[in-house]
Amino acid sequence: MSGLSAHGLVVRLGGRNVLDGLDAAFVPGQVTAILGPNGAGKSTFLACLAGLRTPRSGAVRLDGIEVLGLAPRARARRIGFIPQTPEVAWAIAARTLVGLGRTPFIGARGLADDDHAAVERALATAGVVDLADRDVTTLSGGERARVLIARALAGEPEWLLADEPMAGLDPGHQLDACELFRGLARDQGRGVVVTLHDLSLAARIADRIVVIAEGRILADGPPPVALAPGVLARAYGVEARYSQGAHGPVIEIVGRGR
Amino acid sequence: MKRLPPRPLVLAGLLVLVVALSLLSLMAGKVWTPFSAWIDQADPRWTIIFELRLPRTILAVAVGAALGLSGAAMQGYTRNPLADPGALGVSALAALGAVLTLYLGGGAQATWVIAAAAMVGALIAVILLLALAGSGSSVVTFVLAGVILQTVGGAGVALALSLAPNPWAVNEIVNWLMGSLADRSIAEVQLALPFMVGGCGLLLFTGRALDALTLGETGARSLGVDLGRARWLLAVGVALAAGASVAVTGVIGFVGLIVPHLLRPLVGARPGALLLPSALGGAVIVLAADVLVRLTPSAAEVKLGVAMAALGGPFFLALLISMRRRLA
Repeated sequence: MSGLSAHGLVVRLGGRNVLDGLDAAFVPGQVTAILGPNGAGKSTFLACLAGLRTPRSGAVRLDGIEVLGLAPRARARRIGFIPQTPEVAWAIAARTLVGLGRTPFIGARGLADDDHAAVERALATAGVVDLADRDVTTLSGGERARVLIARALAGEPEWLLADEPMAGLDPGHQLDACELFRGLARDQGRGVVVTLHDLSLAARIADRIVVIAEGRILADGPPPVALAPGVLARAYGVEARYSQGAHGPVIEIVGRGR
Repeated sequence: MKRLPPRPLVLAGLLVLVVALSLLSLMAGKVWTPFSAWIDQADPRWTIIFELRLPRTILAVAVGAALGLSGAAMQGYTRNPLADPGALGVSALAALGAVLTLYLGGGAQATWVIAAAAMVGALIAVILLLALAGSGSSVVTFVLAGVILQTVGGAGVALALSLAPNPWAVNEIVNWLMGSLADRSIAEVQLALPFMVGGCGLLLFTGRALDALTLGETGARSLGVDLGRARWLLAVGVALAAGASVAVTGVIGFVGLIVPHLLRPLVGARPGALLLPSALGGAVIVLAADVLVRLTPSAAEVKLGVAMAALGGPFFLALLISMRRRLA
């Protein structure tokens, strides 16, 4: 059984089931977008997939092995995670920050030559070489988001789970990030799972979309299926039209559906 | 970003300062001792060097290193540049533990009881701090928790002071409030040193976890860092290092606050890289302050803890103002 899969995940928070028996399976070589209204449980789901949250019941398996049973370092080498509100506490250089992505690989002696090489590759792939020597606390929100993507790439994980990685990026850099994630999946065979709010962006980036509402799967399939008007009406309470534009899918929000 | 000085150069520079100031500390005081007095055992100054100034110098290095390292580790773990064993009440509770032994009777007989009580006090303080500053709580909660611990510790010591049975006890308790390195015997050094060294050793193992914590707790966990292990290393390390320091010298504040601040730019702000330099830097500052205290012309020697607070307070204020200007 290869891939990353969730089986009957239940997570309770503040007296309500944030995840309510959620099943989903992800395969390598694909970008999957997780959509859903605010409070649907997207971030909780992603944290469970990354092995960072213990569900009340259910399990997450990586190639058939329970993620929570893996040693933390071994898990961290295989699953890279980008948190939603990335915190950077100290005024370190961007290159140093990206180097933190090598944490699961380094011993007592610090970064070795191949670690430095991986950091430089990650900086180049994420297109932030020119920011490498800057103090991260002086970067703009979007610049910092791109450096944090590079940080996750530095570990060269089989799986990259990113919680709203596009938030704060301008349209140009959103497209760059789309290309980056698609390349990781298609060219390098990695599994990419991202949570998003922008429906058009989701349609552009994703091979497959999983829509969550109230802790359950509402729809799961390729963009035209998962973004069908009926799904969006139920998930977000909006009336929307899905069409294939000249340069990619377009989702037009018509209005607040009733 | 400016180019950083190479790390070996930073460490070597600090080490040279430690050695130079240690030699100065052995020589300086009311009686100056030239090198000739160091070899000649018949010289009365030989006794001054080896029985009075040697323990004092060793203590200055050890206490400075313990406090500087504790401050750097606590700041790294809490991602809060205001964390320090003095500022967050760890030293205050350690002092309270030591003072309580005077009442329970054990302290007068055996100094190790005082040391043990101080370390237990420090451990309780760190565990309370970490419990209060658990995941998700803000810097403000943490600092407030520190203020509470400090108030409780201070009030306890003050209460002990007002209930003191005799002037000797008053004098003894005042020593805990205002730390000093004067007149410590080599026996006291031998008692405390292993704990300080052990505590510092534990703290040096937190480096990688502290680096990863730059990305927050979730970020660090996603990188496979065992935060539970880091928390225990920090708690026991600070309790041993800072607790043993307080047990022999009383409360000396501001070392753990100022030293990491000064050295942070030299190591590129990476918290793990700040640990060892902060230990050396703490030794430098305490040695320098202690030599200054000895050379100050006054009837009674100014207590080191008072001098550190007097120098450290304004200095820290200046740092805060410059920090605010940079952030604004």
